[in-house]
Amino acid sequence: MTVRYTEEHEWILAEGTTGTVGITHHAQQQLGDIVYVELPEVGRRVAKGEAVAVVESVKAASEVYAPASGRVIAVNGELAEHPELVNRDPEGAGWFFRLELADPSELEGLMDADAYRAFLATLA
Amino acid sequence: MADLLRTPLFELHRELGARMAPFAGFELPLHYASGILAEHRFCRESAALFDVSHMGQIRLRGPDAEAALERLVPTDLRGLAVGRSRYTVLTHERGGILDDLIVGRDPDGLFLVVNAARRGFDLAHLRTHLEPGARVEELAERALLALQGPKAAEVLGRLVPQAIRLVFMEAGWFDLEGMRLRISRTGYTGEDGFEISLPAEQAVGFARRLLAHPEVRPAGLGARDTLRLEAGLCLYGHDIDEDTSPVEAGLAWVISRRRREAGDFPGASVILAQLRDGPPRRLVGLLVEDRQPVREGAALYQPGAGPVGRVTSGAFGPTVGRPIALALVAAAHSAPGTRLEAEVRGRRVALVVTPLPFVPHRYVRARPGENR
Repeated sequence: MTVRYTEEHEWILAEGTTGTVGITHHAQQQLGDIVYVELPEVGRRVAKGEAVAVVESVKAASEVYAPASGRVIAVNGELAEHPELVNRDPEGAGWFFRLELADPSELEGLMDADAYRAFLATLA
Repeated sequence: MADLLRTPLFELHRELGARMAPFAGFELPLHYASGILAEHRFCRESAALFDVSHMGQIRLRGPDAEAALERLVPTDLRGLAVGRSRYTVLTHERGGILDDLIVGRDPDGLFLVVNAARRGFDLAHLRTHLEPGARVEELAERALLALQGPKAAEVLGRLVPQAIRLVFMEAGWFDLEGMRLRISRTGYTGEDGFEISLPAEQAVGFARRLLAHPEVRPAGLGARDTLRLEAGLCLYGHDIDEDTSPVEAGLAWVISRRRREAGDFPGASVILAQLRDGPPRRLVGLLVEDRQPVREGAALYQPGAGPVGRVTSGAFGPTVGRPIALALVAAAHSAPGTRLEAEVRGRRVALVVTPLPFVPHRYVRARPGENR
């Protein structure tokens, strides 16, 4: 089980050949109150870096990119009624979608928790 | 954000944990730690303090300042009593809106509050057309605070007891320990509340005194925008602009009867014709049926048919509990209950034309003990 992070503030939790994706605590903090999440269709094939979801705060819409290539095998249906879960528990109950990974080795290019923390420090 | 202007409350905002954002050339709080939704709700339930010092405060003096300003607006100002204010618009010859503003009549002249993004334009416009007969003076050394919400009067009354005698759209000058406050019972939230103009150097101290009351919390531009949108109040540069007439914007009520009869304001021929024949477009409220927010610029369609207009402001309405929008639509599609579709990222979102305001105004129009 590994968690990796992108420079666009997504996280991906890899378990075998599946990866669960969401946005980081930092991302939700920057967005503010989240009122809507548009999720991809189950079954959709996505490429690494492709815009696959949209998260809308009170003020603005932001895209969420696939941290890895694969096929969408599940989405978090809870977010339809409770988008605020993304603010409350971004790296847990506020997950967005789950991928069947096309190539788990793609994750090696992403940041681990320490590298992401260091990356955030450069943004401050 | 090096080139942005700061208000006298800048350091206080930072101390209060504000997330700052650029707006109309100023660096202003977008929200504080609690976030836009909480600030919005606190304003509707208790009282919120906004720093609106970026807005332009202008004094207009001269023997006949009211008659002079009437040359630029369609509103009756000669009939404005001392202590009363009116909302109006600066119009141009083609009938569009140059800015919207509040004009108050003080004992020694008119007191104007204009949009931050238009202050430079407005000052030049006023000077070009009104000087030397009237004197136009920008009050750049004054801050402006807005205290808004159902508990605003109770809190302000503890500091300035006489001020809560004011009713909606009244203003007066008050002394507080040597400080000269101009307090107006106006706002941009749909709630009861006050706008307080005061010397810049005293603004932080006064803001702290208001914030010391548990009924008051600071709120930023984010909540200001969602509150005014729910109240159905226009934002210049978005819902109204040089290509929108007051009739299209649902602001025909600012055109006073005497001025209609005289037809003596800029753009009167266009505006009066629209009053008579109906405008080509109308600004309407839209309620989104689902949860998908619809933003400014989204194209609007008649279901299964062609385009009918565009969204001019859109956000999630925290009190409404659904996304809401203002939009300019062809008059034929502007009746309440009309079903429309917005295009959002290539998909259609269903909405319905809804009477404004989305949330009822709660202005205080009668003094205690008075029926009005």
